[in-house]
Amino acid sequence: MGATLAKSLFVLLALLHLVPVLVYLERKLSAWIQDRRGPNRVGPWGVLQPVADAVKLLFKEEVIPAGADRGLYRWAPALAFVPPMLAFAAIPFGNRIGTESLVVSDIPVGVLFVLTIGSLSVYGIAFGGWASNNKWALLGGVRSSAQMVSYEVALGLALVSVLMVSGNVGMQEIVRRQTGSFSLAGVPLPAWNVFQQPVAFVVFMAAAFAENNRLPFDLPECETELVAGYHTEYSSMRFALFFMGEYVAMITMSGLAVTLFLGGWHLDPFTDPDSGTWAQGAISVLVFGAKTLAVLLVYIWVRWTLPRFRYDQLMGLGWKGLVPLALANVAATALIWGPEAGTMP
Amino acid sequence: MSPTFYSEYANVLIFFLVGAAFVVLNVAVVSRLLRPHTAEANKDSTYECGEPTVGSAWVRFDIRFYTVALVFIVFDVEVAFLYPWAVVFQRLSGAGPFALLEMLIFVAILAVGLVYVWAKGDLDWVKSMDAQADRARP
Repeated sequence: MGATLAKSLFVLLALLHLVPVLVYLERKLSAWIQDRRGPNRVGPWGVLQPVADAVKLLFKEEVIPAGADRGLYRWAPALAFVPPMLAFAAIPFGNRIGTESLVVSDIPVGVLFVLTIGSLSVYGIAFGGWASNNKWALLGGVRSSAQMVSYEVALGLALVSVLMVSGNVGMQEIVRRQTGSFSLAGVPLPAWNVFQQPVAFVVFMAAAFAENNRLPFDLPECETELVAGYHTEYSSMRFALFFMGEYVAMITMSGLAVTLFLGGWHLDPFTDPDSGTWAQGAISVLVFGAKTLAVLLVYIWVRWTLPRFRYDQLMGLGWKGLVPLALANVAATALIWGPEAGTMP
Repeated sequence: MSPTFYSEYANVLIFFLVGAAFVVLNVAVVSRLLRPHTAEANKDSTYECGEPTVGSAWVRFDIRFYTVALVFIVFDVEVAFLYPWAVVFQRLSGAGPFALLEMLIFVAILAVGLVYVWAKGDLDWVKSMDAQADRARP
């Protein structure tokens, strides 16, 4: 109970403190990519800019548009923020200290839990768009729902082949399966799933960008067509919840990618999966954090490099590209590592 | 079910309560005390490029969004059925190619659904607009 509370607070505070850091990094990196300076007025190098933004949002008046469905309007941002945060409960952020596994809840069906809870945030976006009594918001909400459910299928199918290789749905077990090494055409590699399932990783990352409404798939809020999409009418802390929910969903998705494909908290010479000391536990947490941050930087890099898809291209890519590709990958995995072929290297 | 099975979900509940407390505290308590409350009719009007709004905001939207939702439900359930099979797949070595064939048949039946929707043009946003125009023509 006490340990759970401590871990919950640690994860929650880490998530909430990572959001302003990401916002700052995003603005600074986008500025550098576009040969600008970026935020540089508030504090040294503008590092206090996210703090100023948060304070501003906290003091902003909240405007609920006339004719809005007030109940849904009030609750939608919480529905968009809480699920991605809750999904992080099953993601192992470290190995263990003593006998205490460094995950808020080591559910035996961890992968399913993350997918189920994470996909609930589509309700927040659909409700928020519908309840605003605004045409942009409604269209943004409907588009966003269609996009998120379409790419969820590809995401789920990509994970099927990972589970076939891992033979387990528990998150800590999946990480443990990746602690060894294997050789690919004579080249020794860590036994990360990304090397064993490269196609699944590509499908997963493409679907993850779409799930999080990030460029090149940010059509729900493409500002040139829909003003701000589903949160057009939102202001003050309720807007902040949508905004933070989006970033927390990114962090959770990156954590999932690290856990399932990039070896989780394990990095060969630095962490020892069999050790339960405080030092080893702290190092495993740092390794997990560094890997997650690396994936998040890829998110930002992609956002400021690729142009936006058109809506028909988006739906086409999801249903005609990623879903058949993921299905073919499942079949190929079954044939290569089939029951007759024995177990995986 | 073992006691640890339930205690792991109790941990999720604790985590949820801590997170929900954060939301309630910030939105309903701290921000409510700090922010101004000066409602005014013009301020509350719906945004539509600064013009008075035209008609209802709950406009009719394309029926194809429903089609996508239906196809999604079929495939999401399929994926849910694939998971248990994927997990035990390597342990089915005694069953020989049977485990593989069975799942391939299951996936093939669903793939027929995808091919059908594909052939109907429901996955093709622009093309089905052409099809609608063809139908409208005498």
